[in-house]
Amino acid sequence: MIIVSNLHKSFGPKQVLKGVNLKIYDGESLVILGPSGCGKSVLLKNIIGLMKPDSGQVLIDGEDITRFNQKKLDALRMRMGMLFQSAALFDSLNVEENIAFGLRRHTRLSDRAIHHLVSEKLELVGLPGTNYLMPSELSGGMRKRVGLARAIAMEPEIILYDEPTTGLDPIMTSAIDELHLSLKERLGVTSIVVTHDLKSAYRVCDRIALHYGGQIVEIGTREEIINSPNPVVQQFIRGEAQGPMTLL
Amino acid sequence: MLVLQNMLKNTLDSIGKVSILFLQTLYWTFYNLKTGRFAFGNLIEQMSRIGVDSLLMVAITGVSTGAVLVVQIGYQFAQMGAQSYVGGVVAMSMARELAPILTSIVVAGRVGSAIAAELGTMKITEQIDALETMATNPVEYLVVPRFWGCTIMLFVLTIFTNVVGMIGGSIVAVNQIGLTLISFKDSILHMLQIQDLMGGLIKATVFGSIIGVIGCYKGFTTEGGAEGVGQSTTSAVVVSIMLILVVNYFLTVGINNFCVAYLQ
Repeated sequence: MIIVSNLHKSFGPKQVLKGVNLKIYDGESLVILGPSGCGKSVLLKNIIGLMKPDSGQVLIDGEDITRFNQKKLDALRMRMGMLFQSAALFDSLNVEENIAFGLRRHTRLSDRAIHHLVSEKLELVGLPGTNYLMPSELSGGMRKRVGLARAIAMEPEIILYDEPTTGLDPIMTSAIDELHLSLKERLGVTSIVVTHDLKSAYRVCDRIALHYGGQIVEIGTREEIINSPNPVVQQFIRGEAQGPMTLL
Repeated sequence: MLVLQNMLKNTLDSIGKVSILFLQTLYWTFYNLKTGRFAFGNLIEQMSRIGVDSLLMVAITGVSTGAVLVVQIGYQFAQMGAQSYVGGVVAMSMARELAPILTSIVVAGRVGSAIAAELGTMKITEQIDALETMATNPVEYLVVPRFWGCTIMLFVLTIFTNVVGMIGGSIVAVNQIGLTLISFKDSILHMLQIQDLMGGLIKATVFGSIIGVIGCYKGFTTEGGAEGVGQSTTSAVVVSIMLILVVNYFLTVGINNFCVAYLQ
């Protein structure tokens, strides 16, 4: 289980996280919704240890990762995978080298076994035979899917998705969502998805949290969120410009 | 006053951060050598890129510098009847000062900027974050091979600049000044000492490490989009060249003092 407790993070005078509290259960898919620029990605980066909070805790299986040294953090990251908003594929490496990156560095598998695993992951994300393409030769959707294949290459227990469907057409968005659901079903992973795409959120969530003003203002199942009396939640799900939620 | 204070604070802050990056680079180098995890493949790839990228520019710089030096001093020396010194003076100037400095400036412009742009782009497109999420230290994976690539290749390229400088000088000396190739060569062999060459190569090695660490630091501290990458690239070149010129003075004094104290 992942517990985020009273997490604070500022950049200069700007307070981005103002005491975030969150629980993510094993095998659950939690979607964090919120307007652009509200600090959702910052929260995700704190959960994987890419950023250190100013105060607060991130407990993963009871251990506070904000106090981890580099070695323990690296060991934890071997159990996690992250899909970045821009996919963050290494430009100088081809698709296979990108997906095999973690396997080559942290396992003693043979080249043949790694090639086999990479092809298997590519098959899983619907991109068989693209092993030797360079990232520059891929479309936005293909890049995201390769990014996902890289994130699951080490068979992680926890996957973090940072805006997995931003910039994709509806069909590709749906394909990514289905991929997400099938991974959850097949690998039983815990997922945290940061997005502002409501349709996609409804499709993949077990629970939804709304992040606004540096805090989680509402958390619940899809139905609970849809029926929430909270005016901030209602404004966000209706996509209204007028309301308590101000544009950033 | 406040502006000056801020400038001083920022400069000291940057010096501290560059020093930390340098120490981390040394740590990861020795740690990986000790544990047998040093990525020699990455190092060779970087050395090849740095060498190949710079070779033509360094060759042109070396040949033209050697040639111009002979033109500048050749006629004067000939008027004084000191033709036999032309080769030696050119070789000493190249070996001690011009080859390491000019090679470093060319490499700073060509390679230092490329490193800053590459790492800067990786930073703003979250590729460096991605490395970390895959339990890979960016200093270990990105900085170590670039740092040693620059350091080793500056040494090699400076030897190359010396050689092509001599060739350029000899062509002009023979065709314009009227010296024979043998007298030019004898003058070099007579006047040029091993400490002249070694002093220049020590300088080149230090300059190479400056280019590597500044390029990586500027890349890692890139912020914003394409504009940020542009600023980092320019800044990497400017800071590297300024540092090289300043450090050159201290190295020259140090090497001269050492030669006077121990080699004469």
